[in-house]
Amino acid sequence: MSYVAGCRRVLVKLALVSIIAITVVACTESEGDGDSESLVIYSGRSESLVGPLIEDFEKVSGHNVEVNYGSTGPLAATLLEEGSNSPADIYFAQDPGGLGAVDALLSELSQDVLDSVPSWARDPENKWVGTSGRARVIVYNTDMLSEADLPDSIEDFAKPEWKGRIGWPPTNSSLHAMITAMRQEWGEDRTKAWLEGIMANEPKVYAKNTPTVAATAAGEIEVGFVNHYYLHRFLAEEGESFAARNYYTRSADPGSVVLVAGAGILNSSDNKEVAEQFLKFLLGTAGQQYFAAQTYEFPLNENAKPANMLPTLEAITKPEIDLGDLTDLEGTQDLLREVGALP
Amino acid sequence: MTLTDVITTGWRSGDTKRPPLFLVVSAVVVALAAFIPVVYLAVRSAGSGSEWVDLVFNANTASIFGRTFLLIALVTTISITIAVPVAWLTVQTDVPFRRVLSVASVLPLVMPSFVMATTVIEVYSPKGILQGWLSLFGVDRLPAIYGLPGATLVLILMTYPYVLLTVRGTLRRMDPSLEEAARAMGYGPARTLFSVTLPMLRPAIAAGALLVALYTLSDFGAVALLRYDTFTSTIMIQYETSIDRTLAAVLSLVLVVVAVFLLLAEGFTRGSGAYHRVTVGTVRSARRVALGNWKWVAFGVVMIPVVIGLIVPVAVLLHWLIRGLINDQQLLPLLVPARNSLYVSLLAAVVTVLAALPVAILAVRFRSGLSRVVERSTYIGFGLPGVVVALSLVFFGINVARPLYQSIWLLVFAYGVLFLPAALGSLRASLLQVSPRVEEAAMSLGSSQWRTIFKVTVPLVMPGAFAGGAMVFLLTMKELPASLILSPIGYKTLSTSIWSAASEAFFAKTAASALLLVFAAGIPTAYLTLRGHGDDSEKQKREIDLEEAAR
Repeated sequence: MSYVAGCRRVLVKLALVSIIAITVVACTESEGDGDSESLVIYSGRSESLVGPLIEDFEKVSGHNVEVNYGSTGPLAATLLEEGSNSPADIYFAQDPGGLGAVDALLSELSQDVLDSVPSWARDPENKWVGTSGRARVIVYNTDMLSEADLPDSIEDFAKPEWKGRIGWPPTNSSLHAMITAMRQEWGEDRTKAWLEGIMANEPKVYAKNTPTVAATAAGEIEVGFVNHYYLHRFLAEEGESFAARNYYTRSADPGSVVLVAGAGILNSSDNKEVAEQFLKFLLGTAGQQYFAAQTYEFPLNENAKPANMLPTLEAITKPEIDLGDLTDLEGTQDLLREVGALP
Repeated sequence: MTLTDVITTGWRSGDTKRPPLFLVVSAVVVALAAFIPVVYLAVRSAGSGSEWVDLVFNANTASIFGRTFLLIALVTTISITIAVPVAWLTVQTDVPFRRVLSVASVLPLVMPSFVMATTVIEVYSPKGILQGWLSLFGVDRLPAIYGLPGATLVLILMTYPYVLLTVRGTLRRMDPSLEEAARAMGYGPARTLFSVTLPMLRPAIAAGALLVALYTLSDFGAVALLRYDTFTSTIMIQYETSIDRTLAAVLSLVLVVVAVFLLLAEGFTRGSGAYHRVTVGTVRSARRVALGNWKWVAFGVVMIPVVIGLIVPVAVLLHWLIRGLINDQQLLPLLVPARNSLYVSLLAAVVTVLAALPVAILAVRFRSGLSRVVERSTYIGFGLPGVVVALSLVFFGINVARPLYQSIWLLVFAYGVLFLPAALGSLRASLLQVSPRVEEAAMSLGSSQWRTIFKVTVPLVMPGAFAGGAMVFLLTMKELPASLILSPIGYKTLSTSIWSAASEAFFAKTAASALLLVFAAGIPTAYLTLRGHGDDSEKQKREIDLEEAAR
């Protein structure tokens, strides 16, 4: 008797819950499922960074945009799985490595788009363009060091006097790009010697740039090898008292190489015209000014000015390297594994 | 021989009956779905060259395996040590604020692993908040938390609730007469605990511990931030730097082998003992143990994991939020992500429990080699990194289930594949407590097998269903990799919002979404852990009174 009642009650509850859930899902789904007219972007850059810019594009162009936010690496893997069936029109990546992984799926860009960025900041095969620049820097703790204490070249951090004072994120793809640049500039042996020197200095290992910068300001380490813009995020959140600043190496070496985030258009896109329009918007003055002001990156367009606290791109003593030369990331990973920096 | 006979014959073993066809078919369908990631990995590995040989068989690998197993052993043992006393104190004693503690002690489960890890680093790192306070006493630097100690701490905080939830489910339904008999025979409280209570809890502890071990095997966020390399780190470096997905697939297959090894190890702890009541009558609810003067000590014990796993992280999040707001940081609207998170998690909980039910019934009521294989195979997804499972479902969606691709249903399906073991463990432990005699009685009164399962078995395992559902719900609320990859385009949830802010060091935004996640998860958790299966002892008392009056 009580079993029957109990089970009836349970089934009624279950049914109610399911009905509510299904109705609600059906409602929410109708919003998300866009028409094929809208531009679909797979973005490895986070919504906090590029969301407002994409909204601006929607307003200016009148086109509807749908964005699938994710991590650059897993999004590249997703695109490879989807192949020609991908709903994506544009892949917007944190770094050239992600774009390189899917270059077979990308279509060649028009000369118009390519010409809006300097030639060092785009794919030699014309499959993608850089959309904003980020410099490699050495972030240092301002309580423990002043800029005058720092050596001219990143190479000097391999000296024994820096033992126990350095931190870095060895799995980070921007760091890998910097080491690839070292191999390009210095050759394999000199790069390997540098890595061995750094490893002998027992660098503290962090998962990403963010914790490296946080640990520098906390005084856990004195210097860290990171991208420049994370510091400015911390300054915005915590105020000027944040105890770390960036140092752009005085000598022109890979320690201050300028990398890019970039974007390309998928071969399978049925919306290539709007996609090109979007890229032009990113590379135009308004788009570039947005990156300069909101994400503290370097604009690639001469008409846009970097944020006040940044040096100009020209003022950075950087090596003469084309990003197209930095493709052998696998060789860099092998090297990192060889010296014991990667598992 | 009919087709039905052919399909169901292999499932018979010893003296047990043959399972009904619908049960076998639904269980096999569920197991096949859970096997999709393995099939995908096999397909992707097929084109691999020989470079994986170097990566798998080098001197480094042995040490990485050693580190991985050390972490798993530590996390699992300590989680059990924390969860069993907390479960007992919050279910069977009159510890102060029992209901609040019941909910609070489960909630650390909902913290995404990278948020928990970041807050732990913020507080306990050499120059963290704790050191700042201790500097008043001249402490200049705390010992480094990075490496094994930190990774162990974070993973314990996130995983002890697995054991807690399964043990709670079992304790609630445990027949108090066994413990009473032991006490009447002159056993002291300690001896009763070790020779009666703990052995009765064994299936629940084992089920929870298996989830702890598999989660630890698959976790990436915590071990990455706390710099402790496990085998999953090796795989994730491949995916994160987008170098070689074939290599990543081969390495993931190695992880499958490790998961199978863990499953076999857990299999050895399972006896063939009975955990249900063998005599007639209904199970009374136990009278809560009065702790007397000890109750504030007990309160302190339960508060330890609550403070470290919930209160401290929430305080850090509040600190980030307030600090950011003072510096004029903008927040994003979170109403839609919160609503999406709740709906999709609720849906995942219902679907997953329903899918786990036939597998649990088959595995417990119709024990055989085959039913064991079906049950065990559903655990593999839980031991794989979320990215791998998500990519396997992209593969499945694009090649097999095209209409489902980029719909919410494939996302829910993915949650099911990932979290099936969470529901299954609780259901299994609960089902073991139900005597098959009850079902036999129903059958002997002319009820069909189908009818018996629905009218008798299912209502009796509701405590397990609620405990399992709660776990799936919380896991889905915080799940990230599959949510990022498989969500319909533009579909935001709280966990993806947290990630979006955290990955670019937007601390105030991270904190706002994470706090909302804890709050939003708290309400259903309270319902599922407290009301789910008649915590209202008043009602039970009334039922017993009624029964006696009827007699």
